[in-house]
Amino acid sequence: MDLRKLKTLIDLVSESNVSELEITEAEGKVRIVKSSGAPVVMQQPAMVAAPVAGIPAMAEVAPAAPVGHAVKSPMVGTFYRSASPGAKPFVELGTVVKEGETICIIEAMKILNEIEADKAGTVTKILSENGQAVEYGQPLFIIE
Amino acid sequence: MFKKILIANRGEIALRIQRACRELGIKAVMVYSEADREAKYIKLADESVCIGPAASALSYLNMPAIISAAEVTDAEAIHPGYGFLSENADFAERVEKSGFKFIGPSPESIRMMGDKVSAKQTMIKAGVPCVPGSEGALPDDPVIIKRTAKQIGYPVIIKAAGGGGGRGMRVVHTEAALLHAVQTTKAEAAAAFGNPEVYMEKFLQNPRHIEIQILADQYKNAVWLGERDCSMQRRHQKIIEEAPAPGIPRKHIERIGDRCVAAVKKIGYRGVGTFEFLYENGEFYFIEMNTRVQVEHPVTELITGIDIVRTQIMVAAGVKLPFVQRDVQLRGHAIECRINAEDPYKFTPSPGRITTWHTPGGPGVRVDSHIYANYFVPPNYDSMIGKIIVHGDTREQALARMSTALAETVVEGINTNIPLHRELMVDAKFMDGGTNIHYLEEWLSKRER
Repeated sequence: MDLRKLKTLIDLVSESNVSELEITEAEGKVRIVKSSGAPVVMQQPAMVAAPVAGIPAMAEVAPAAPVGHAVKSPMVGTFYRSASPGAKPFVELGTVVKEGETICIIEAMKILNEIEADKAGTVTKILSENGQAVEYGQPLFIIE
Repeated sequence: MFKKILIANRGEIALRIQRACRELGIKAVMVYSEADREAKYIKLADESVCIGPAASALSYLNMPAIISAAEVTDAEAIHPGYGFLSENADFAERVEKSGFKFIGPSPESIRMMGDKVSAKQTMIKAGVPCVPGSEGALPDDPVIIKRTAKQIGYPVIIKAAGGGGGRGMRVVHTEAALLHAVQTTKAEAAAAFGNPEVYMEKFLQNPRHIEIQILADQYKNAVWLGERDCSMQRRHQKIIEEAPAPGIPRKHIERIGDRCVAAVKKIGYRGVGTFEFLYENGEFYFIEMNTRVQVEHPVTELITGIDIVRTQIMVAAGVKLPFVQRDVQLRGHAIECRINAEDPYKFTPSPGRITTWHTPGGPGVRVDSHIYANYFVPPNYDSMIGKIIVHGDTREQALARMSTALAETVVEGINTNIPLHRELMVDAKFMDGGTNIHYLEEWLSKRER
C-alpha cells in the first residue's frame, strides 16, 4: 500500500468518529486504531512497503497543521526537486529563498513547469518526494 | 477491459460511473474541485485527485488538469460524463493524443453533431426527417433572410449553430421583428459560443420532445433502446422524463428508431447517443443529437433492463455489442423526477447544508444521488442534487409509485423542487399524458396568479 493511500486512511480515521479501521488488500492488511489522540497504524508483516520504525512518524503527520507558510501546488502533475534527473535540487532543507525564486518543477502533460516560492524565507520542510504525483492545492514546502 | 478509468465529472453522474466501474472490476480515479472535497464518491474512491479550485473553468473544464491527473494516476481511459467537457471535440482529441481512450464517440462525430447546422445536414443526407428550415447557416443578406422566413412560414425560430441544449434561440412571429432578432441572436452566439453562425427553422407551436437512445460499438453494430418523452420543461431544462412516450403509435416510433440506427451506422458513430426530435401532428422533426450519456438515461435502463453506462464502457473497451435489435424488449413504464436544490415556486437556487436526507425505497423505486446527510451542496455548480426514478407495469402504476416515493422523501436544510413534483404527479393533464413542451411553463404561470 503506498504512502499516499496510507496517509489518506489515517486522515479519514482521524477526522471521523471511526475508532478502528481494518483494510485487507492484495498487498496485505492494515489496521488503524484511534486511541485518545492520534491514530496508531499497525501493519501485517506481509506489507513490506514501510518499515515498522517509520510508523509512529506516520501517526504524527495526521492531525497537526504545519506552521509557517505552505507553498501549495498550483496544478496536478509530477513533483521534481531538480531541473533534470541527476542535477542539483533547487532547494534543500535550510535553503534561504527569495520570493519568486524557482524551488521545484511540476511536470504536467510533458511540460516542465517551474514553481516559484511565493514568500521569502527558509525552507524548513519538504513535503513531497522526487517523482511523486501531486494534486492541486497539495502542500509542497514549508517556508518560514 | 480497462484496468483504470478517470472520471472527469462530479455529482450524481460521477457516482453513477464509479458504480459501473466497480461492477466491471475497473479502478476508478475521481477528480474533484476544492468545493467537492466532501463528495460521497470522493470518500468512497480508490483514488482521487484534486484538480483545481471551485470555479468550473479552473477545474472540471480544465483540460490540462484533467489529462495530467490521468497521467499521474496511470489511467487508461477518461469518462467525461455529461455537461462540462463531454461534448467538447477538442478535449476528446487531446485525450486521445495524450494516449488515453475517450469514452465516447470520435472527435469527428462530436464535432459534426456539435455544430447544429452540420448535424442537421448530416441527418437530412441520412434520411432522418428534420424541422423545415434554412439550408444551412443564414447569410447576412436581409433580402435572403426575409425570403427564407417567408418560405418557412411564421413563426420561425433563430438558433445558434454553436448552441444547443436550449441556449442561443429566439422566436420571431412577424417580419417586422425578424432582422433585429437575427442580429441579436448572432451577437449573443458570438459571445457565448465563439461562433456567430445562426440558422432558421419553423417554430412548432405544440410539439412534444421525444428522443431516441442509441448504442453502437466499434464494429458498426448499433441498436436503438426505445424512446423518451421529455416534454415537461422549464426554460428549456427538462424537469420530468418518461419512457415510453405515451399515446404515440409504436409503429411510428419503430420507424424513426430504425432511421436513427441507419444514420448511426452511416456516420460510423460509436458509443451512446441520443437523437432529439420535436413531435407534432404525427410527424417527427430532428432538432439535435447529443453525443454523450444523458441525465435521463435511467428511464431507458428501467424499461429495457440494459445498463447503459456499463455497456458504454464495454464498447469503448472494444467489446462487441452483446445484443441485437430484436433482443431489445420494452417492459412497463418509467418516470424520472429531477430533484433540484431550488425554491419550488420561485426557483431561486438553494445551496447549503442538508441536515436531513431520507430517500424512498420499495419495488420499482430507484434513487440516483450523491447526497448524504450533512452534505454541503456547493453553490458553484448546477442545482440538480439527484434523481428519483420509478418503474411500473403501467404508466398509472408508475405515477402512483412516484407520488408515493416523493411523499416519503425528506430533505431538510435546503429547498428542493419536490413540492412542485408532487403537484405535477397529480395534475390531471399530466396524468392523461402527452402534454407538450409549453405545458409546464403555462401551468407555472397559471399557478403564480
